[in-house]
Formats: sequence, structure tokens, C-alpha cells
Amino acid sequence: MWRYIRRRLLLAVLTFWAVSTIVWGLLYLTGDPVAVLLAGTPAGQTDVDQLRRALGFDQPLPIQYLNFLSGAVQGDLGNSLRSGEPALLLVSRRIGFTVELALLAMTLALAVSIPVGIVSAMFRGSLTDRTLMLLSMVGQSMPIFWVGLLMIAVFAVELRWFPAGGAGGIKYLFLPAATLALYPMARIARLVRSSLVDVLNQDYILAARARGLREALVVGKHALKNAALPVVTIVGLQFGYMLGGAVITETIFGWPGIGLFTVTAIHERDFPVVQAAVVLASGMFIALNFLVDLLYGWLDPRIRFS
Amino acid sequence: MTALEATQPGPVRELTGRRLARFRSGDLLVVIAFLVLALIVTCALIPATLAPHPPNQQEITQRLLPPSWMARGDSKHLLGTDQLGRDLFSRVIHGARISLIVGFSALLISGIVGVAIGLLAGYYRGWLDDWVMRLADVQLAIPYVLLAIAIIAVIGPSTVNVVLVLAVNGWVVYARLARGQALSLREREFIQAYRALGASDWRIVLQHILPNLLSAVIVVASLELAGIITLESSLSFLGLGIQPPTVSWGYMLADGRTYLLGGAWWVVTFPGLAITATILSINVLADWLRDVLDPRLKI
Repeated sequence: MWRYIRRRLLLAVLTFWAVSTIVWGLLYLTGDPVAVLLAGTPAGQTDVDQLRRALGFDQPLPIQYLNFLSGAVQGDLGNSLRSGEPALLLVSRRIGFTVELALLAMTLALAVSIPVGIVSAMFRGSLTDRTLMLLSMVGQSMPIFWVGLLMIAVFAVELRWFPAGGAGGIKYLFLPAATLALYPMARIARLVRSSLVDVLNQDYILAARARGLREALVVGKHALKNAALPVVTIVGLQFGYMLGGAVITETIFGWPGIGLFTVTAIHERDFPVVQAAVVLASGMFIALNFLVDLLYGWLDPRIRFS
Repeated sequence: MTALEATQPGPVRELTGRRLARFRSGDLLVVIAFLVLALIVTCALIPATLAPHPPNQQEITQRLLPPSWMARGDSKHLLGTDQLGRDLFSRVIHGARISLIVGFSALLISGIVGVAIGLLAGYYRGWLDDWVMRLADVQLAIPYVLLAIAIIAVIGPSTVNVVLVLAVNGWVVYARLARGQALSLREREFIQAYRALGASDWRIVLQHILPNLLSAVIVVASLELAGIITLESSLSFLGLGIQPPTVSWGYMLADGRTYLLGGAWWVVTFPGLAITATILSINVLADWLRDVLDPRLKI
């Protein structure tokens, strides 16, 4: 197990390094990083030269990269061009809102999708199964920004049950979380079903049934454990989707998380903040997938030893 | 995100009456999806012929009219008008074009590049394979929507840039698929036999490995198309995708959302319905294609 953990950890660190390098390279996509930073501002040539020297962009490229790396390992991803505060600090102040949103959304998604998937798999081919799977197909096909706007139209404008946006107590969190939950909900429900159907076709389930076990015990105790493996993976991956989906959800509902902050930073052309947001979000996602890998290795011993 | 794995073929299905009934209702869904998609493709091909008004024609006196079946509705504007008095029905029809153009261009680029890279990596293995697969892992570890908006923020929003960003997102799936197939096929006896006969690597890859891959690629591509169109409309919604005056469904939603709080639900409902209908039809057809072409492919 320790060898497995060490290998996964090394992989996670390497991935994070590669991601940071890619984000660093973004600034050079158009050739001149200073032009990207100053685009849309009435900066004269002296301003450009001054900023170039101040930020070290006048040095050779390898030196610039080393400067970036040494800054990054000390948690310095540059300063906001607007407020001058460290970009990483600004972004990490907002991350709590996004985590809160994503956790509630994932809880909602799992609370609905797992029972739905189990029922569908147990009664596969029935009218219930077909209806549930059609519904989940529809849920999977609705773009998240449209879901959000419909939620506002119905629950905020018409019924006035929830506020249309902003931050405050749990009642501000509910609509954004439900919006963000819909896609993972549909996706996980379909996966639970197909994965459980696969397992239920296996010989050891036949053996359990032949021993006369009740169906609830066959599914609940013998089948679910093995069907859980792909589900664990997809839950990890869906958090990555949520970090992206949060950008749109937070924009619609004015929820002050990292997504809304990033979009605002883009419109204000505050590029260091955008970079810090992508690095931080990717870091969280990589850490989460590392945990999923560990969980996976624990659930399925075959993986540790391969 | 997509994970590919081949599973054991399941037990042979018995043909019962209930199962037949299920097939029939499933097929009906496929037929409907096909018709809806055909309609959307027609809109994309000849929008000017189908739409009653030019999509950008403004009539300030006619702003925010509700759909024609409602009390204040106008029979000239079937789905009502937006905040500038533009005919929503005409705009929804015109919006089909850019979604499909962007979707298919990005799909083609990422498919061709991804399959080519995957085939080379799987066939030659070695350092190329190592690097390609590491790169794929790294890309899957980034929440792509965030990276996409960061890239667009640097290179600027335009139709071509959106296609590029979407294509960069897509190649990984094809590369992994093609690599896996190439890896297993290159050891098979019929490939070994061709090699013994003196066939060149090019010939083996293009004429004997690639054809074996096609049905799986088509299935994956059809599933990917839905994701690409969603991402395009998301970028347009954030103002980082297709720019006006080109009509796009995502931008229409972003444009109209301020008026939602005033009760103008139609401005956001119909473009969203169009996106959902498109994606749902593609998803249904993709599922069906998978069942027909490659039921072992689990996605």
C-alpha cells in the first residue's frame, strides 16, 4: 500500500507542476506577456517598459520561468493588477464559498442519483426504469446556465421561495446548489444503474441468489460494494466538472466564489488573478483525485498490486 | 469526462415479448431524436428561408412582446421579441448555424488530431507513447472550463479561437481510444502477417489498424459532440465565445437574462430549449449508435 501511495503522490505532484507550467505559458500565447497584461489600458511605451522591468519580463525566458517557479513554491503567483494584493491570497479568500456550493451540490446529487440508479437497475426494463433513465438523459442534456435561469424564473420570480441571487444564509445557497447538482445527478444515476446491472449479471450474484438470499441483501450487501468502484471514480471527476460549472452558476446567481471572481477578473483584465484561480482550482482537483485513487486502492486491492 | 473500458460481453439476451416492446419504445425515441436533429440541421442550412424576419432587425416599439398565444402577444412574432424588439423565432432559427458549425469543426479537428496521435503512440510506443499519455493525464487534471476561459481571455473571443479551444479540449479521448486499439492490434497475428509480407508501417496503420477503430471513434465522436456544443454555448453565455452580430443561442441567453427578473421568461426559455433539444437528440442518437455499433464500449 505504501508503495502505491508514494507512486500516486509523486504523480500528483508532477501533474501539478505541469499544470502550473501550462498556466504560466498562457501569458506567452500571443508572444508578449506585457501586452496581455496591459491590453485595454491606455498605456504608453514608457509604462510598458516600466512594467516589463518591474515584473522581470525583460529577462531571458528560462530565467523568467525559474523566477515563476521559485515564486510559485513560496505561494507567490504575482499580484493583482487592480488592487496590488497577492493574487493567490485574493483567490483563496473566495474558495470557501465555492467549496460550500460544490459540497452541497454533490450531496444533493448523490442523495437523488444513488437511489434512482439502484431502483432502475433492480427493475430494469420496467416503465419506472425507462422513465427515470429518460429523465436523467434530459437532465444530462440541459445546459447549466439554462437550468440556472429556469430556476430563477420559477422559484425566485414566480413562486418567490428563494432569492434570485447574492450571498447570505442557506436560502441563498439552495438554488445555485440545485443548479450545479443536476448534471452530476443525471450522470451518476446512469452510471450507478449500468454498473449495478453489470454486477448483477455476475456468477457470484447468481450464487448468492441460489443460496436463497433475499433480493435486498443480494443487492445491498453483495452487489453494491462492487458496483461502487466506477461510481467513486466519477464522483471525483464530477468535482472537476463542478469547479468549471461553478464559474457559470456563480455568475448567474452572484454567488461570490472563485468562479464569479475569475469571470470578473477576466472582464477587468486582471490576468494574474485568473492564473491564480486556475492553478488553485487545478490543485484542489488534483488533490481530490489523489484521494480518490487512495480510496480506490483501498476498495479494490487488485489495483494496489498491479 | 469520459473513461473508456471494454467489458466482457454479457450473457445472450433472450427475446421475450417484454423485451421487444422495450426495443420498440426505444426506437421511437431514436426516430424522434433523428427528426428533431434533421429539423435543426435544416435551420442551420437555410435559416433565411425559414425565418419570418431578419435576425438582427430591431423594432424598439415592439420590444419584449410575449409569445403570440399570450394576451399581449403579436401574431407576427410567434415566440415574442427580445429587449431590442428582435423576433425571437427568427433568432432561434439563425442560432442553429453557428452551434453546428463550431461543434462539427471542433469535433473534426480534435478527432483527426487525437486519432493520429493515439495511433502513433500506440504503434511505435517508446518515449512518444510515454509523453503523449502523460500530457493526456495532465490535461484531464485541469478543470477545463476554467482553463478555456483563461485561454480565451488571452487570445480574445472569436469563432476561430472558440473552435481551437474546444478542439484542444477534445483530442485526449480519441488519443486514448486509438492508442489502446493500436497497442492491442499490433500484436495480433493478422498484423504480424502483414508485417512479415513486407507491408510498411504506414500501410499497416492506415489500412489495417485504422478501419478497426472507426466504429468506436464514431460512437465516441457522437457523444463528444453534445459536450462540445454545450461548452461552446457556455463560453458564448459568458461573453467569451461567439460575438454579435453572429446569432448564438448562448449569447441570446446571456443577453436576455437581465429581463428575466422583470417577468420576460420567453427571452431565455426558447433559446435554451433549442440548445437542450439539440443536445438531447444528439445524446439519444449517440446512445443508439453505441448499442448498434459497439455495445461493449462503456462510456
